[in-house]
Amino acid sequence: MNPVPDIFRILPEVILTLTGVAVMLTDASLPPHWARRPLGWVAALGATFALWASLWQLSLPQGTGFYGTVETSAFTIFFHVLICGIVLVALLLSLDTLPADSHHQGEFYALVVFGAVGMCLLTGAVELLLVFIALEISSISTYVLAGYRKQTGCGPEAAIKYFLLGSFATAFLLYGVAMIFGATGTTQIYEIAQLAASAPNHSLVLASLALMLVGILFKVSAVPFHIWTPDVYEGAPSPVVALLSTAPKAAAFALLLRVAYEMFPSLHSLWAPLLWIVAVLSMTVGNLAALRQQNVKRMLAYSAIAHAGYLLAAFAGLGNSGIAAASFYIAAYAAMNVGIFAVITLISGYNDERPLVADFRGVLYRSPLLGSLLIFFLVSLVGIPFTGGFFGKFYAFTAAVGGGAVWLAIIGLLNSGLAAAYYLRLALAAAQRPADAAAATALPAPQVGIAVGAALLLAVLATLVLGIVPGEVLHAAEGGAHSLQAPPPSIKVPGGFVRGLAVEQPPAP
Amino acid sequence: MNAINESILTWILLLPLAGAVLVALMPDRGKLPNWIALLTSLATFGFTLHLPAHFLLGQGGFQFQIDLPWIENPAIFYHVGVDGLSLWLVVLTGLLAPIGVLASWNAIKERRKVFFALFLVQQTAMFGVFISLDLMLYYGFWELSLVPMAILIAMYGRKDGPKAAIKFFLFTFIPSAPLLVALLWLYARTGSFDFATLQILITHGALPAGALFWVALAFLFAFAVKVPVFPLHGWLADTFTEAPVALAMVVAGKLGLYSMLRFHIGLFPVQARAAAPYLIALAVVGMLYGACLALVQRDFWRLIAFAALSHLSLITLGIYGLTFTGWDGAVYQILNHGVIDGALFVLLGFLYDRYQTSQIGDYGGLAGKLPRTATLFVIASLAMIGLPMLNGFVGEFLILSSTFTGVSKSWAIAASLGVILGAAYMLWLVQRIFYGPESNLATSKPADDLHFRELAVLAPLAVLMLVMGLAPSLWMQSIETGVHPPPLKGSSVLPASALPIPFHGEVQR
Repeated sequence: MNPVPDIFRILPEVILTLTGVAVMLTDASLPPHWARRPLGWVAALGATFALWASLWQLSLPQGTGFYGTVETSAFTIFFHVLICGIVLVALLLSLDTLPADSHHQGEFYALVVFGAVGMCLLTGAVELLLVFIALEISSISTYVLAGYRKQTGCGPEAAIKYFLLGSFATAFLLYGVAMIFGATGTTQIYEIAQLAASAPNHSLVLASLALMLVGILFKVSAVPFHIWTPDVYEGAPSPVVALLSTAPKAAAFALLLRVAYEMFPSLHSLWAPLLWIVAVLSMTVGNLAALRQQNVKRMLAYSAIAHAGYLLAAFAGLGNSGIAAASFYIAAYAAMNVGIFAVITLISGYNDERPLVADFRGVLYRSPLLGSLLIFFLVSLVGIPFTGGFFGKFYAFTAAVGGGAVWLAIIGLLNSGLAAAYYLRLALAAAQRPADAAAATALPAPQVGIAVGAALLLAVLATLVLGIVPGEVLHAAEGGAHSLQAPPPSIKVPGGFVRGLAVEQPPAP
Repeated sequence: MNAINESILTWILLLPLAGAVLVALMPDRGKLPNWIALLTSLATFGFTLHLPAHFLLGQGGFQFQIDLPWIENPAIFYHVGVDGLSLWLVVLTGLLAPIGVLASWNAIKERRKVFFALFLVQQTAMFGVFISLDLMLYYGFWELSLVPMAILIAMYGRKDGPKAAIKFFLFTFIPSAPLLVALLWLYARTGSFDFATLQILITHGALPAGALFWVALAFLFAFAVKVPVFPLHGWLADTFTEAPVALAMVVAGKLGLYSMLRFHIGLFPVQARAAAPYLIALAVVGMLYGACLALVQRDFWRLIAFAALSHLSLITLGIYGLTFTGWDGAVYQILNHGVIDGALFVLLGFLYDRYQTSQIGDYGGLAGKLPRTATLFVIASLAMIGLPMLNGFVGEFLILSSTFTGVSKSWAIAASLGVILGAAYMLWLVQRIFYGPESNLATSKPADDLHFRELAVLAPLAVLMLVMGLAPSLWMQSIETGVHPPPLKGSSVLPASALPIPFHGEVQR
């Protein structure tokens, strides 16, 4: 078999990087008064090509490149496609909703694309230093995006909070990496897996697991590392929240799956109960807090925390079913969450930091299209059958029940009943007759442009496909699970390291 | 003809949905949505009539079956079919749809598109519940049926729609969480969601009895809230007060009672037998409680709501008496209740449209001005009371006599007391609205009796009340094939104490 050129292993990342660089340089060299909007189309085109390139990678044999640091497998392709898809939709959404007078539009598009590079790389990396670098690439872009609207309101506050807490969490992760390197003398995940399996109770391994979990759980905004979420969602512009609430999370969950099931499968008995507890805490705290929110963006932030909890429930599942369920859930969640933030952006505007539930009263009357879409996405978030949200929960809790965590499933489903209360409050406010019908109809209905229309169409189609014919996507997620669980191709266990675990076991033949 | 038999249920299921899509795509101009909805629902009703016309009486089990794989993992099948139990419920749902459309013809003045599209989606969901033989498919439709209902209550609520809608939604959504966990547990144990397969496995003792207790309880709880059974009826009165007439007609009773028969008693006969004494007690209490509350209501929607609680409790009594006669009567009474309550709702809706109040005290002496309304109202009331020769009598008689002979004389006597109270509040309602001196309200408005369209809605219902009262055997023959089918294959291994298995199907796979 011909070896695959290394560059093909990171083709989507290469395309995205080139796009980002091109957008940034063009932005800098264009005269200031020229419109920057076409750059957004260039970025969207780049994301489309990257998506296509990820799909093309299916034709490659599974394997690693660049000295065993980057992997291409069904698992990485699943997440690459997902992230590129989210970025594409977020770009389309921004194209029509960014204020035309913004001077930094070019930067915006470039940052989104660079963020995507980091997230894609994060899902493909099988070497911890590369994981760290990828995480930083994605984080730094998102920190800047969160504070993109720096002149007004709580934008800067949100960005600073996100940045400080985020750096702190990344430091935890890095500390964990250092510990495991100290224990095993390697940063290659397959090698760590083998070495850690031979000495699961080594204190450095345990410390490393704990520290890495903290770092990752922060990124997925699971309780008790969730404090930043509502503030960031409130302060960041709505199109950015559409991106922030989905793509980095998908990447972080991919990393969590890799750490849990590929790096530390031998510590399953340790991390499974931990994640069990975090799952219960996240959904309960998230839902209870969301119940009290009047600000729609904060409400959806708490709902995101709760969804992280449902997703973590899938980790109670055994091997393949758990991984597949979690991957599927991320896809479903991304589809509906991007969709709902797109609708919110259109209804309450790019700048609105405090869209209140009461402001949504009568949306269905002002704009039947947006009102129906809002209700549709909320219904999916509730988890009603025939929408993606249902099968997401369904697979997650099936996995949990299959893994023997019946109680987790019961708590989760009761929580989704609780969650219905606040989603419904918003949906029903939208359906209610406006207090002053004449004034409401006099307000202009929000305009839906071509780009944002395409974004909404993609989100609706994805949510419906995941809810009515989830077979294909689940199949892909299962393929990813298999590839993650498959024994890695060829591992050369280093015999030369003398510290830590390597001493306690003879080198493999 | 064979080809039609093999696909008729799919047509019935999809036609309202197609109508909904058509309504959503066409412009909201004048009465266009009304006409599309009317034609769709009439066509669907026509299709449902195909079922009794080609139903083979001598044959037990399910007919018109379709069994296609839908989702590979988990194994969910598009498995639909009807037997004697669901046959007429499907037809009743089909009949009430055009009646609901006509009853809303003028009452719905704005956002007709949304109303009729959601109304048709609701029809699909109801058909789906009655014909699904795959538990997951069934659950999907069960949940789906909540959404249009909640949105429409919020949109067209008379006073505080959203509050009633949330109450309705949460009351039914939260109990379905344990139901879903129960389904997932069954699947994890058996690998099947198929009704007939599960029925065989459960009756042959393939599952541990201790866990089945909880599973059966989860089923029962979800259904009991939906019926509603005392004391879980908190949502009923508000929903009846706020819901548009066309939806209030279809909401109560049918889905929950049918599900009790098919999925609680049908799947868990042993557990149902254990639960029966409690349910009988609750049913009788509910009958008396509902009747007493109906006596003191000042608002006719609330009066009808508590009357419904009383009547639905009677049907619950018939179901959990666990006698064949009781089941015959219960199924028949579900049909009666649909027809009678439908007619009463339409009539009260007409009164409300004309006089804009639901306070009984404001009415009086309308019989002289609205003779046709009065006549039809009296007929419907008498049918509800259970006057011989009208349909209510047949069902009530079967249920009460089966309780008297098969369950306990004292419960039967208590239940009869509830029936007598029923006569009291209905006749008093008739007297207060239509007889006595003309109230100010009645004199203030010109006489405006039923129009042709309204008569066209009510006349068939009135005729049905008479025919169903005079010739119940037309319906009873096919109901009986569902209620006591020929013995199940392999049933000889059952312990002698076990119930004969009602409502069973043939194992397909």
